[in-house]
Amino acid sequence: MISTRRHQVMAKIKKNRILNTLSKGKRLDGRDLDEYREIKFKVDVIERAEGSAEVLIGATRVLTGVKIEVGKPYPDVPDKGVLIVNAELVPLASPTFEPGPPDENAIELARVVDRALRSAEVVDLGKLCLIPGEKVLLLYVDVYVLNHAGNLIDASALSALLALMTAKVPVYEVSEAGVEKTEEYKPLEILNKPITVTMAKIGNAIVVDPSLDEEEVMDARLTISVDSQGRICAVQKGGSGYFTPEEVEKCVDVAFQKVEEIRSKVVEKVGEA
Amino acid sequence: MPLVVEGKRVDGRGLEELRPIKIESGILENADGSAYVEQGRTKILAAVYGPKELHPRHLADPQKALLRCRYHMAPFSTEERRSPAPSRRDIELSKVIRNALEPAIFLEEYPRSTIDLFIEVLQSDGGTRCTGIVAASVALADAGIPMRDLVSACAAGKVDGFIVLDLCYVEDQEGEADMPVAYMPKLGQITLLQMDGLMTREEFDRALNLAIKGCEQIYEVQREALKKRYEAIERLVGGEGT
Repeated sequence: MISTRRHQVMAKIKKNRILNTLSKGKRLDGRDLDEYREIKFKVDVIERAEGSAEVLIGATRVLTGVKIEVGKPYPDVPDKGVLIVNAELVPLASPTFEPGPPDENAIELARVVDRALRSAEVVDLGKLCLIPGEKVLLLYVDVYVLNHAGNLIDASALSALLALMTAKVPVYEVSEAGVEKTEEYKPLEILNKPITVTMAKIGNAIVVDPSLDEEEVMDARLTISVDSQGRICAVQKGGSGYFTPEEVEKCVDVAFQKVEEIRSKVVEKVGEA
Repeated sequence: MPLVVEGKRVDGRGLEELRPIKIESGILENADGSAYVEQGRTKILAAVYGPKELHPRHLADPQKALLRCRYHMAPFSTEERRSPAPSRRDIELSKVIRNALEPAIFLEEYPRSTIDLFIEVLQSDGGTRCTGIVAASVALADAGIPMRDLVSACAAGKVDGFIVLDLCYVEDQEGEADMPVAYMPKLGQITLLQMDGLMTREEFDRALNLAIKGCEQIYEVQREALKKRYEAIERLVGGEGT
């Protein structure tokens, strides 16, 4: 109880400091309101996985591995492969993460990442069918949070996209006896590249890429994903506060700018180095 | 199969027309507050228990009440039977619905306690998170919990290239985009905003405005249901001369 009370007093002091700094148009870590922390990435970091990418946004660190297996299709779409996104808030990433099955935060994270990939049709699942109704490719995208320093959604979405972009699909031989894996691989065809931008509302200010301190005191957050053709492909509001329609418009403006920045600085660099 | 023919939708509605909506308040004996909502073929029950003591105690917040929310779909609510165990979708929706209602409630009035909210989808034909929020907010008001405003909710989206209001299941599945919105009309505040599918910036703006208009219409039906409920209570206690 004492620790909760101390925590609440600390949170209040922190919130006042953050609000004070924001009223001068600055943030505690010196960033502008619409400025991301430095984004770094590495691809093909896990050789066992068919695709993988690690993304750092400031100290937030997320590793995504793509595994590709053969399995049964869903009965309602017998001729399509399956995309499965899962997120793990690994206990080593934060003192607030507990071991155990995914909680509501992990499930929301996975579903927001999934929504952008699915809505934008990043992968043509129709091309992942081996024997209709029987054997298709299952694309497992496992998002692994390794250090939580705020804005897990953007780091997770970006690492999932980069992992898919670098994924290699095993070539299978289909015969009457069934399917057999060959030694060959071909690149996974990526049709669209959605990029996700999250903003937090703190008092009257909207900040992009919230840090952990900012997330702890924020009123609400808004996540917007934009695809390669400039269409909005996923939106998620979170937190127990609200946005006015004008604030939503402002967030959409900011998101469109930031998406282009991440696209040119990060996504278009993949495979160049 | 086309979903919009000559400005009419699969169920005969116009593009910006809501499904018929019916709201009843105070229909469950045991609950502190309850509501039943039918919107088209979607049927939803919501019940509120509390504010009450919270167990386990270490979860209690000394500054405010905890709102706990469970959105759940009955096994017989969909075409194919669904497992009664909570799905990942149920868990996410429970969270976003809770976040949609928290801004409305004066939680600081009830420190250390909990308000438990249960939303049961009895039959699903699309738009269940919005209809669930509509029912929940009437149930909260029926329980006498002080609120800044009623939360209304309605989806808009894109179907066959048209921006439409209040998508039914087929439109949600076959259409291009679905955007559920929760809104407090008196305060002008959006408390839930989600979207999947693809929309241009211009379509997004139009859909958001349309969804807000839908919320404003549903808000009136919510108020009517509560008025009816209070009139019934008044008759029961024989409140004459008011």
